[in-house]
Amino acid sequence: MAKLKVADLAKLRKAQQAARQAQTAKAGNVELIVGTGTCGIAAGANETIAVLRAELQKAGLTNVTIRQTGCMGLCHSEPTVEVLMRGMPPVVYGRVDEDTARQIVHQHIGRGLLVNDHIYDKPTADLLQA
Amino acid sequence: MAIKTYLLVCGGAECKNAHGTELYQSLQKEIANQGVQAETQVVRTGCFGLCAQGPIVKVLPDGTLYANVKPGDAREIVVEHIAKGQPVQRLLYNPAKSQETIRLAEPTGYHKQFRIVLRNCGVIDPEKIEDYIARDGYAALAKVLTEMTPDRVVEELRKSGLRGRGGAGFPTWLKWKFTKDAASEEKYVVCNADEGDPGAYMDRSTVEGDPHSILEAMTIAGWTVGAQRGVVYIRAEYPLAIAHLETALKQSREYGLLGKNILGTGFDFDIEIRLGAGAFVCGEETALLASAMGERGMPIPRPPFPAVSGLWQKPTVINNVETYANIPVIMLRGGDWFAKVGTPKSPGTKVFALTGKINNSGLIEVPMGTTLREIIYDIGGGIRGGKKFKAVQTGGPSGGVITAADLNTPIDYEHLQALGSIMGSGGMIVMDEDDCMVDVARFYQEFCVDESCGKCAPCRIGTRTLLNLLEQITVGKGTMEDLAKIKEVGTAMQKAALCGLGQTAPNPVLSTMTYFADEYEAHIRDHRCPAGKCKALVTYTIDPEKCIGCTLCARRCPVNTIRGERQKPHVIIQDNCIKCGECLHACKFGAVSRK
Repeated sequence: MAKLKVADLAKLRKAQQAARQAQTAKAGNVELIVGTGTCGIAAGANETIAVLRAELQKAGLTNVTIRQTGCMGLCHSEPTVEVLMRGMPPVVYGRVDEDTARQIVHQHIGRGLLVNDHIYDKPTADLLQA
Repeated sequence: MAIKTYLLVCGGAECKNAHGTELYQSLQKEIANQGVQAETQVVRTGCFGLCAQGPIVKVLPDGTLYANVKPGDAREIVVEHIAKGQPVQRLLYNPAKSQETIRLAEPTGYHKQFRIVLRNCGVIDPEKIEDYIARDGYAALAKVLTEMTPDRVVEELRKSGLRGRGGAGFPTWLKWKFTKDAASEEKYVVCNADEGDPGAYMDRSTVEGDPHSILEAMTIAGWTVGAQRGVVYIRAEYPLAIAHLETALKQSREYGLLGKNILGTGFDFDIEIRLGAGAFVCGEETALLASAMGERGMPIPRPPFPAVSGLWQKPTVINNVETYANIPVIMLRGGDWFAKVGTPKSPGTKVFALTGKINNSGLIEVPMGTTLREIIYDIGGGIRGGKKFKAVQTGGPSGGVITAADLNTPIDYEHLQALGSIMGSGGMIVMDEDDCMVDVARFYQEFCVDESCGKCAPCRIGTRTLLNLLEQITVGKGTMEDLAKIKEVGTAMQKAALCGLGQTAPNPVLSTMTYFADEYEAHIRDHRCPAGKCKALVTYTIDPEKCIGCTLCARRCPVNTIRGERQKPHVIIQDNCIKCGECLHACKFGAVSRK
């Protein structure tokens, strides 16, 4: 990676933002964001990811990206999985055990229906989206 | 037909609010009645935290929030909101008017939280520098390097009013100014990530979730004060945070954001990691610096302050993780913007690790001036198991307790100190009626005995003396004179101990003695532990009237000290009883009691 100059940094930022927007705007693309901070891992986030991967493969869904992130504050309900897909409101699922992970793949992504008993509220609005 | 509207009803398996289930069913029935079930889904959710105003209904995708919804309101919501697209005004959630002292730079909807420090935690992939850059990462560094002077940086910090988030609340701009003005070719920037309070994990989560924000802030500090090197001192007990930090260091060097000629501006700065072994005293800045230099982690008297003589006896800026995490936002948005958040004397936000007997334990960030009541009931979802709130411990082994009487106190540096507690680094442990305050004080004292470095007598001998006295009280052998002794020794330690650890070690006991004098007296005068926690003062007995002789307790007893024939009342042989309470939990007939 070439060392950045001040102007390159701004360019890189614009390019990254555009790439992210294109990714979410594309119909059929789904992003699963799993909390893998210490609290998430302790509650079984790595197992959750394994189940998500296996179920996605079984369902033949290739347009789903799994991303990892840090703690969003819902330590009481880890592992958490945020689901972003066009046509569905963004939601955060908590206490995502194997069964819930399966439902996220087949019910939420597959049929456009939210999964009962596992939705939690994001702690706050995003500072940067204002 | 695809679903157009989702009706989220809070509740779930653990919810004690009976209306939730009924409301869920009423909404189901109503969408069928109105013929909108093909385009509407009613969903039961986990806890939303606003339990005092539950049940809550959230409508997606528009985000409308209804509070105190009764099953009878289902029809109105479905008819008005879904069929006609008109929100039901009378049910809209109306956040209780916050204290006038809190100010927010921008609206946050119904959320009580406001995230500056944790802005990227749970949003970005901490192992991808591109994620950080896409969210304005390193934009503050670029701005500082190309558009600002060191004096301007210090001036913005002064305007922001940012104070040290490690707990002491010293104005950050002053630290930076002193170091900047110190005459030396060689200077250092240090990040204190040696988080040691029991129950606190704010800094760990911040470094794990957003490591680049710390590196960016330290580089800004380095340029401002004229330093060439930075050190992150972090405990080896945080392996994931260290791994993310190492990845972040590597990536920023590759991109030219650290190292020689940063962003082509000619500024050289690099950062290294020093691992601590997990000693509490190394959170004290002079002990931390000693440990970072490979010496034994012991404090030295100040002055000279690190700004004059710190790492390798050179001028050093040392700030806590959370303090640094605020810096890029302040540089990008300006000190005036930051000063609009929180209270006039304590601007900004504070991150707390909310733990203990609370329903929704977790990491929270609130504007300064938020009340404890809002934190515990609106964010934390109240006390676990419907028990009675007793106190909150803030500031860990250096802090004190806050009781129900002070739940409406706005949280900032001054108010907490006035209550005999401290802000501390942000541990917040919630306690209920089952917690014994003498036992809590004993726990923290034991922690301080273990963690005292032993260099100065007031701390080494004082913590041990206090622990001995507290242990006597918890076994019913204390006297009223002991309380006077605790006060005398504690006050002496506050004045005479060398560093913050010893000076604040008496705080938990002095604070609990102030607010829970009756509990101390019950232990001393009546040889009784009101919470039933101090084992030596507790007796378990079986009521022969209620016992049916099911033998469950006898089978559960780990020391086989419950005797009795099948279908006849059982007896606990007290001599061998270890007071574990297994029998009390085992009995299905309420025959076992604890006194």
